[in-house]
Amino acid sequence: MTGETLYPRLEPLLARIQKPIQYVGGELNAQTKPWESADVHWALMYPDAYEVGLPNQGLMILYEVLNERPDALAERTYAVWPDLAALMREHGVPQFTVDGHRSVRDFDLLGVSFATELGYTNLLEALDLAGIPLHAVDRDETHPVVVAGGHAAFNPEPFADFVDCAVLGDGEQAVGDITDVVKAWKGQGRPGGREELLARLSRVDGVYVPRFYAFSYGPDGTIAAVTRTRADVPVKVGKRTVMDLDEWPYPKQPLVPLAESVHERMSVEIFRGCTRGCRFCQAGMITRPVRERTITGIGSMVEQGLQATGYEEVGLLSLSSADHSEIGQVAKQLADRYEGTNTSLSLPSTRVDAFNVTLANELSRNGRRSGLTFAPEGGSERIRRVINKTVSKEDLVRTVTTAYANGWTQVKLYFMCGLPTETDEDVLEIAELAVEVIRAGREASGRKDIRCTVSIGGFVPKPHTPFQWAAQASAETIDHRLRVLRQAINADRRIGRSIGLRYHDGKPGVIEGLLSRGDRRVGRVIERVWREGGKFDGWSEHFSFERWTQAAAEELAAFGVDLDWYTTRERTEHEILPWDHLDSGLDKEWLWEDWQEALSEEEVADCRWTPCYDCGVCPTMGTEIQIGPTGRSLLPLTVV
Amino acid sequence: MARQPEGPPPPPTVQKLRIRYAKRGRLRFASHRDLARALERALRRARVPMAFSAGFSPHPKISYLGAAPTGSASEAEYVEIGLAERRDPEAVRAALDAALPEDIAVLECVEAAQGTGSLADRIDTSVWRVELPGVRLEELAPAVEKFLAADVVTVAKRTKNGLKDVDARPAVASASAAEEAGCAILHMVVRQVTPAVRPDDVLAALAAVADLRPPLPPRAVREAQGRLDDTGTVADPLGPDRAARTRCQGEHATV
Repeated sequence: MTGETLYPRLEPLLARIQKPIQYVGGELNAQTKPWESADVHWALMYPDAYEVGLPNQGLMILYEVLNERPDALAERTYAVWPDLAALMREHGVPQFTVDGHRSVRDFDLLGVSFATELGYTNLLEALDLAGIPLHAVDRDETHPVVVAGGHAAFNPEPFADFVDCAVLGDGEQAVGDITDVVKAWKGQGRPGGREELLARLSRVDGVYVPRFYAFSYGPDGTIAAVTRTRADVPVKVGKRTVMDLDEWPYPKQPLVPLAESVHERMSVEIFRGCTRGCRFCQAGMITRPVRERTITGIGSMVEQGLQATGYEEVGLLSLSSADHSEIGQVAKQLADRYEGTNTSLSLPSTRVDAFNVTLANELSRNGRRSGLTFAPEGGSERIRRVINKTVSKEDLVRTVTTAYANGWTQVKLYFMCGLPTETDEDVLEIAELAVEVIRAGREASGRKDIRCTVSIGGFVPKPHTPFQWAAQASAETIDHRLRVLRQAINADRRIGRSIGLRYHDGKPGVIEGLLSRGDRRVGRVIERVWREGGKFDGWSEHFSFERWTQAAAEELAAFGVDLDWYTTRERTEHEILPWDHLDSGLDKEWLWEDWQEALSEEEVADCRWTPCYDCGVCPTMGTEIQIGPTGRSLLPLTVV
Repeated sequence: MARQPEGPPPPPTVQKLRIRYAKRGRLRFASHRDLARALERALRRARVPMAFSAGFSPHPKISYLGAAPTGSASEAEYVEIGLAERRDPEAVRAALDAALPEDIAVLECVEAAQGTGSLADRIDTSVWRVELPGVRLEELAPAVEKFLAADVVTVAKRTKNGLKDVDARPAVASASAAEEAGCAILHMVVRQVTPAVRPDDVLAALAAVADLRPPLPPRAVREAQGRLDDTGTVADPLGPDRAARTRCQGEHATV
């Protein structure tokens, strides 16, 4: 029977595996609706382990938005670890949802949220376990429609063969529109089969159906043309943008797992979008314009969420939280409201700015004072101008010193390595900075036990950013720079012992680069890697660089391209990029100009406070910046 | 000198409550840590006025007693909490029960009576019921007899330091076989010793002495915990608290 629970078949397997709690569901605020109550059934997947996927805000939002509709039902599914996957194959138990333990194959739609490219092999594994044909063209009208979303869906070409459609941009309204289309098509008796359904979906704003677009390639391997195979699909597919965040206060009832997860706190998104213009940052480019939640909207989400979850920490999320037009009041009034309740509030990594230390002091006054995190991203002032994240060395040292002087003993600094135009000297300045920060910090705080952790990641150029044309640094370059940096930090042990260095080798970044800027030909590499056992590529114990490089070499040879061609090759101005037919609103000419300005180390200001610099988003998408201040205040909570 | 957080120290514990709860259904797969997390959050949602430890990272005053293993259900898990304000134990039980997932049931909540000793001192034994799907009584009964007749039954137990040989026999105070709806049931009373002897270890012992190998994973439920007396009875660990309360209140207390 469709929608039947598989739990009796699953339960005996759970007794034989690690961490069975992640597969049983029943989280606080989870929902299970009767199958027959809904016309449209969605399985929502986060393609990574439960502990990473459960806290994902995007999935939680869509789960709630869909389940609020009486005609829709949404359940969640996550990547299954190899120990259970092997038993499932042995006993014929398919990929299931954790809510109703229903077979994913029974649903009308399988929505998968790609926050990172390293989840692609996990989608293939889930499709295979679900009994859904891997290739979209092999599916018939009884199979779920596989829909991809999330930031990585802004270049869906590498996984285009495996999905039926991709949604660009905010999902809150798009999932409703898709539900309407599927409901109508089913209600009419599925006219025209799957082809007709997909054609109808392609007319939904923000929905891209890859099978209706064909690629041809030139002799040098670059894309010669992208042509439509149906006249009724859009030439260019634009992203969705939700305006007025106060109307979308989701998640209202955040899920709280019994199992341990990567975020043991509740999150409230205080604004979406960012116009700081950091050139490496795909999130900041594709989520424009800035849309703030009001101080009162934030206040009610925090209160409702705390009541619904029992969490003791609330993260105020966004891409640059200290930039909220009323952040000072938000911090002060929330801290006042929760005085004496052991509730702590936190901001994610922030820009290097003295104001942020004041904010952090305010936010932590009721609860635990953990570490403070800043993200200067670039080691030298020069490279920070290239990436448009300008802060002087003096300001940086002064800010971190202020943090130590205010009683914070742990400061974490985020950097990137392998940025365009970068030299060894730029990276070595990270060591000088860290040493100076510790020296000044010891003096300012009068303590020897302060610590600074330098966390450094390899830069991967991303689509829809000014760096989309850039040559990615090779794994060897990254590894060399990390090596000289480590030596420099350890040169003076008296200081070096207060500095921690966290980094990964450059290899996973190369594969992420292939998947980020790849085109439809890269799908064959992904499939090959999965067939040879590749999955959980975001986990170092499962990631195999050799498997990827060998699959890339063998699968791409027929096309006359290779791994380097996709990663370390700089693109020219007029090359057709695999995502040119997908519109994030950014004007390609503006992106190119910004890339040129990066190379000449010119900065661009934030359009929140300075005039528009014509990135193109607002006029193209019919949107505008929504910011305060509203001047409103949080009312005192009434004690029940 | 160790640094102290600013401000006054947290309010002291004014009332200790002892709680018995059950983990059932699919939440038998919850580990001790999973349950601890769930309980701490539920206490906040239920607005139980917890007492907190002092220091930079204040923690709510909760003491856990030995948890049933992951995968085993239980009708008798115990925890003790410290409150900064007095509350009616039954009201706390109901609020906490409502705040926890369906498969965790808060069964009893009593105020710790002064001078009756610690809860941990009243628990040294578990009463287990193990369902063995696919096993018949005729297979189980002789296996149990053989096990009880043996002086030593060594089983390999997985520990942090690899496999270790453990004698499963002395921990088992009593054991018997029964059958319900065609499924064999193993009842046993097991002392809480170190290293622990769990239902899995007894089943491994049955395999060792009588080659009993259940075709399907067994389902264990801890039915009770308490102190084993000379007659083989396991006493209710909340009994002394309840008795003290009954004495205070005359005849009004319920059982």
